[in-house]
Amino acid sequence: MAKQVVIDAKGMHYTPLNQQIRKAIEDGADEIVINNVLGQRFIGDGLRGNATIRVNGVAGGDLAMFMSGPTVIVHGNAEHAPGNTMDSGKVVIHGSAGDAVAHSMRGGKVFVRGDIGYRGGIHMKQYEAQRPVLVVGGSAQTFLGEYMAGGLLIVLDLNGKMKAHEIGSGIHGGEIIIRGDVDDANLASGAKKVPLTEEDRRRIAPVLREFAADFGLEPEPLVNADYTRIVPASARPFAGKYTWE
Amino acid sequence: MCGIFGVMDKGRQMMDGSGIREALSMMNERGSGEGAGYVAYGIYPDYRDCYALHILFDNACESKAVVDATLEQWGTIEHDEAIPTYDQPNLRVNSTPWRYFFKPDPSLAAPGSESPEKDVIANLVMQINASAKGAKIVSSGKNVGVFKASGWPEDVANYYRIEDYEGYIWLAHNRYATSNPELWDRPDPFNLHDWSVVENGKITSYGTNRHYVESFGYTCSMSTDSEVIAYMLDLLVRRHGLDINLAIRAFAPPYWEDIDQMPEAEQKLNRALRFAYGSATMNGPFTVLAANPEMMVGFTDRGKLRPMVVGECGDRLYIASEEVAIRAMEPKVESITRPAAGEPVIGRVAQ
Repeated sequence: MAKQVVIDAKGMHYTPLNQQIRKAIEDGADEIVINNVLGQRFIGDGLRGNATIRVNGVAGGDLAMFMSGPTVIVHGNAEHAPGNTMDSGKVVIHGSAGDAVAHSMRGGKVFVRGDIGYRGGIHMKQYEAQRPVLVVGGSAQTFLGEYMAGGLLIVLDLNGKMKAHEIGSGIHGGEIIIRGDVDDANLASGAKKVPLTEEDRRRIAPVLREFAADFGLEPEPLVNADYTRIVPASARPFAGKYTWE
Repeated sequence: MCGIFGVMDKGRQMMDGSGIREALSMMNERGSGEGAGYVAYGIYPDYRDCYALHILFDNACESKAVVDATLEQWGTIEHDEAIPTYDQPNLRVNSTPWRYFFKPDPSLAAPGSESPEKDVIANLVMQINASAKGAKIVSSGKNVGVFKASGWPEDVANYYRIEDYEGYIWLAHNRYATSNPELWDRPDPFNLHDWSVVENGKITSYGTNRHYVESFGYTCSMSTDSEVIAYMLDLLVRRHGLDINLAIRAFAPPYWEDIDQMPEAEQKLNRALRFAYGSATMNGPFTVLAANPEMMVGFTDRGKLRPMVVGECGDRLYIASEEVAIRAMEPKVESITRPAAGEPVIGRVAQ
């Protein structure tokens, strides 16, 4: 039988809160519900296993940093850098999030229903089977995918408010897929647009269906929409900038 | 890092400092316990016609006599007293906060001045703060006051019992000291009569900006970004008569590539601003929050290297480093937005 633990975080500092979360997982909890969260940082950081953590409120910075396995579901917004250097598992944010979402992410999935701030997906990476995925339902801001080294970053721009420029600044691995057209002027040097092939579409379809299921959206319009795919123009965008060969 | 918080009530409804204290302490992680400060507009209605000078004395006996004499030379002291303080176990007191309610003599300003009283006040602040006689004027406006010290936000708030003051605009700052000694005058806010400034960041153009304002007669004596920003605001808005939108655009102008894309008239204006105010352009990562008796404004650096969250609820406008600071004070906040770099947020008090 699934074991659920409920924690009231009202007025609690993040240190005792995270200690209680760890204790609950050690004691075999499958689901941890945290109520009245107001900006407590580092929730779920470094956690292993496969528990589900439900955050009711606004999650503080560096949510699920270094996390390896669990699922974190936030019913509210998140501050800066959810999914920072996350290893595996899943973060589902029903609201919006701040700057540097999925910062240096190594694996797993981060789904944000609303908007994200600047530098989303900064320095996401990948290695062999580790391939992080960031999907944003709303809009993303400037420097999307900055220094991106790997992984998959999808922005659906469901509200049609996307104004990001300098997209893929310093990108040297991975791919950025944005629903609709992206003006060339909004790409950073070092990033280039390529058509989304049918093979690409088949590849991202399961991710889009999972995203749609998590947020109760119609999946097929997302799967069949027009997308712009942005990839690195070269594996070493700054080869000539700081060194001379 | 650093955490900043600002709130204004457009209808001039007063807010006591307890909510501001609560909001700022939500962001303790952004500070290092080495400084915090608060500024509020509207706190001295009984002396609304006087310039309220908040002064930190190293030694209230020796330094005060010098300040008294200087003030009497420049105008009339209507009243002066120690600012009430309440010892806190974690706050090491090394200054004595004092306040004067002062009426400057406008006839002592340089001829032709459009705001002679403020010129006198500005000269006084520069003179006393640069003379290093153990006195620093930390605020000098009408119906406004800065309260700051070295310590954690709650300790500084409790030391001054910030909840005893009521204002319609508040700015607050939690300092993560990186490059300055732990003197009580160093944390934000910085103020020069009308303008108060709190900043999260580090302007790498500090030297250029400082030389620029000093060439107009300001003296920067506290080696701090926000001091320069406060003086630049006074220079551009009061003395040069720039609209606040233009002043902010001078500080954080669009990139040349972006200017190239604008319609012709816009291009002309932006080029002219960049040429005229190149030395006022601020570089580096920053979010700046500033206020005067009529408005509160917030803006970030062009690369958006520091956070800025805006909340609105009825007549209240909130600007903070983190959303939770706003929610701590206004749990039912109606909208939360994160404006883009270069999009200043300007809230004006109803006239």
